[in-house]
Amino acid sequence: MGDLALHIENLSYAYPGQTKGCLSDFNLKIPEGEKFALLGPNGAGKTTLLHLITGILPIENGSIKLFGNEIKNKKKSINKLFGFVPQDFSFYQELSPKENLEFFGAWAGLSRGEIKERTKELLKIIGLTDVKDKPVAEFSGGMKRRINLAIGVMHRPRILFLDEPTVGVDVQSRHAIICYLKELNNSGTTLVYTSHQLNEAELLCDKVAMMDNGKIVANDSLTNLLVCHNENGLEGLFLHLTGKDFRD
Amino acid sequence: MYKLFATLKKDIRILFKDKVGLTLMFAMPILLVVVITSLQASTFELVNDNKIQMIICNRDTDDASIQLVNGIANSGMFKIADASKTLSDKEISTLMHEKDALVAIIIPADFTSGILKKAKNISSKALNDFGAEENKTHAKEAIAGSLTLFYSPVLQKTYLQSINGALVSALQLVESKQILNTIYFSLNGTNLPKALQEDILTNRVKIKELPVSKSGSKNIPNATQHNIPAWTIFAMFFVVTSLGSNVVKEKLSGSFLRLKTLPTNYLLSLISKQIAYIGVCLLQVVVIFSLGVWLFPLLGLPSLHLPSDMFSLFIVSLFSGWCAVSYAICIGVFAKSQEQANGFGAVSVVILAALGGILVPGFAMPNSFHILMQLSPLHWCLESYYELFLEGGSFNDAFKNILPIIGITLFIQLISFLQLKRIQLI
Repeated sequence: MGDLALHIENLSYAYPGQTKGCLSDFNLKIPEGEKFALLGPNGAGKTTLLHLITGILPIENGSIKLFGNEIKNKKKSINKLFGFVPQDFSFYQELSPKENLEFFGAWAGLSRGEIKERTKELLKIIGLTDVKDKPVAEFSGGMKRRINLAIGVMHRPRILFLDEPTVGVDVQSRHAIICYLKELNNSGTTLVYTSHQLNEAELLCDKVAMMDNGKIVANDSLTNLLVCHNENGLEGLFLHLTGKDFRD
Repeated sequence: MYKLFATLKKDIRILFKDKVGLTLMFAMPILLVVVITSLQASTFELVNDNKIQMIICNRDTDDASIQLVNGIANSGMFKIADASKTLSDKEISTLMHEKDALVAIIIPADFTSGILKKAKNISSKALNDFGAEENKTHAKEAIAGSLTLFYSPVLQKTYLQSINGALVSALQLVESKQILNTIYFSLNGTNLPKALQEDILTNRVKIKELPVSKSGSKNIPNATQHNIPAWTIFAMFFVVTSLGSNVVKEKLSGSFLRLKTLPTNYLLSLISKQIAYIGVCLLQVVVIFSLGVWLFPLLGLPSLHLPSDMFSLFIVSLFSGWCAVSYAICIGVFAKSQEQANGFGAVSVVILAALGGILVPGFAMPNSFHILMQLSPLHWCLESYYELFLEGGSFNDAFKNILPIIGITLFIQLISFLQLKRIQLI
C-alpha cells in the first residue's frame, strides 16, 4: 500500500436543525493511486461526505486529511490537491466551454500559459473543440457532463472526487468519461467515485466501500466482497448489505 | 492579479449575454428620463405660462368692483370668464365644472358702497389726526362687503395661497385708490389727478430675480437639470435587478459549489462584480448625460448644462455607482431566490428613490420624512449631483455629501460580508 491520499477519522456531521447525524464516527483510508467506489442508497451520506472532504461543508467533529494535510486548517493550498466533479452542472451555462475552462483554470491557480495549453488539450479530450465557442446552455446533457468533468481536472489534481459523474448521459458519453477516468488513474490520479450505476463501478473501480445510514458497512476489493458475501454481482451485494427497503 | 482579470472577463461576458438585464439597466432609465422630463417640462410651462381659469360673478355694478376685476386680470395669473350676476352659489359651482375652472369669486352687490364707506371712514380718521377736520364721532367701523372664493379641491395648498395673494393684492389696490381719492378730495376739493394716482399706486419697487450659484454661472434650473441627475441615480441603483439576481444565481447554482472547492476566496468574485458593475454605472452616466446634452434639444426639451468641474462629476458618479453596486450585492447576498432579489430589489429602490427626493423633491416632504430621507443613499447621491449641476459647487462642496455615501456604502459592505460569513460562503 502506498501513502494515504485520504484519511478520515471519527468524522461526524449533522445538518443544522437535524438531531440525527448524517455521518457518525466515520472512518476511511484510501491509498494514493486507487480507484475507489463509494456506493450506497439515497441518503446514505455519500454527497455529504464529499462536501465535507472538499470543504463545502464545515468539519465539526473528527478529522479529514488529504495527503497528510488536515482539511480543517482551511489552507487554500490544500484545494490545489484535489479536483471535484459535483453531481450538478457546476459551471456558467451562459459561457462557452472554452470560457468556462479559462475562468475555472484561473481560479484553480494556473498561469495564463498553462490555461491556454490545458484548455486546448481538454477540449480535444472531451470532443468539444468544434463547439468550444458556443454557449454551454445549448449543449446536450452528455456534453455538459464532459465539461463538468474537464473543469474538475483542469489543474491536474492528485485526487479526484466524482459525485455521480455519468448520471443522465448516453452510452457514448459514458464510455468516453470512463475511458478518460481510467487514463487519469493510470497517470497517477487517485479516483473517489460515487454512483448508482453499479455496472459502471464494477468496470472502473478496484476497491468498493458500501455506505448506509452514515456509516461504512463494507470496505474491500470487489472480488473479496463478492466472495465474502457469497454474491455473484455488485447489485446482489448492494441489496444484501443495504436491504430492499425504499430510502426516500 | 490574473485571477481578478479572468473573473472580470467572465463577469463582463455574462453581463453582455444578459439582454433583459441590459435593457433594464439602459433602455428603461433612458425611457424614464425622457418621459418624466417631458412631462415635468410641460408642467413647468403650465405653471409658468398657462393661466388659471377663473369665473367672476360680479353682483355689483359700480366702479370699485370693475377696478377689482381689472386688477385681477392685470395680475396675469387668470383667464377670466364672466358669469351672470343672478347665479346662485350652487349654479356657480356647476358652472365651474362646466368651464373646467379651478376658482370662482363672487363680488357682492354692496362691494363698492362698502369700499367707499371704508375709505370715507379711514380718510376722516386720518384728517382728524392731521387736525384738518373737526373731530367727529365715528359711530362704527365701516367694513367692506367680503368676497366669496370658490376653489376646486384638486388645487394644491400652495397654489391656493398664490391665488389668495393675487386677490388680496388686487383688493388692496382698489381700497388704497379709494382712500387716496377721498383724502385728496377732502383736502383739495378736486379729484386726484390720474397721473399722480398712477405714480403713487403703481410705481413699486422692482424685484430682481437671480438663481443662486456658487460658481457665479447663470444656469437656470429646469426640468432637465433636475431630472437627468435624479434618474441617472435611479438607473444606477436599478442595477439591482441584474446584479442582485446574478449574485443569487451564482450562490444557488452549482458553479458556486465549484468555486468553494478552488484555491481562491469568493471575495475576489464580489470585487470583480463590483468593478464590472461600477463600469456599467459610469456608462449609464455617460449615456444618460449625453442624451441630455445632445438628444433633449432635438426633442424640444431644455438641454443639459454639464458642470464645469468634470473631475468632481466623475468622483460623484464613481461613489454613487459604488454605493448602488454595494446595495445590489447586499440584496443578492440576503435573497434566497432570483425572484426575491428582483422583487425586493426593485421595490426597495423605488421606495429609497421616493425617500431620497428622486420622485418628490425633499423640500416638499413632511418634516417626519426628513430623517428617513437622510438614510436613503439616493438622497446623498442626488445632493452631490445638485451641488454640481444646480449650484455650480466645487469638489469641496460636493465632498460633504460624498462622505455620507461612503459611510452608507461601507456599512452595506460590512452587512454583506457578515452575512456571507454567517452562511459560510466565505
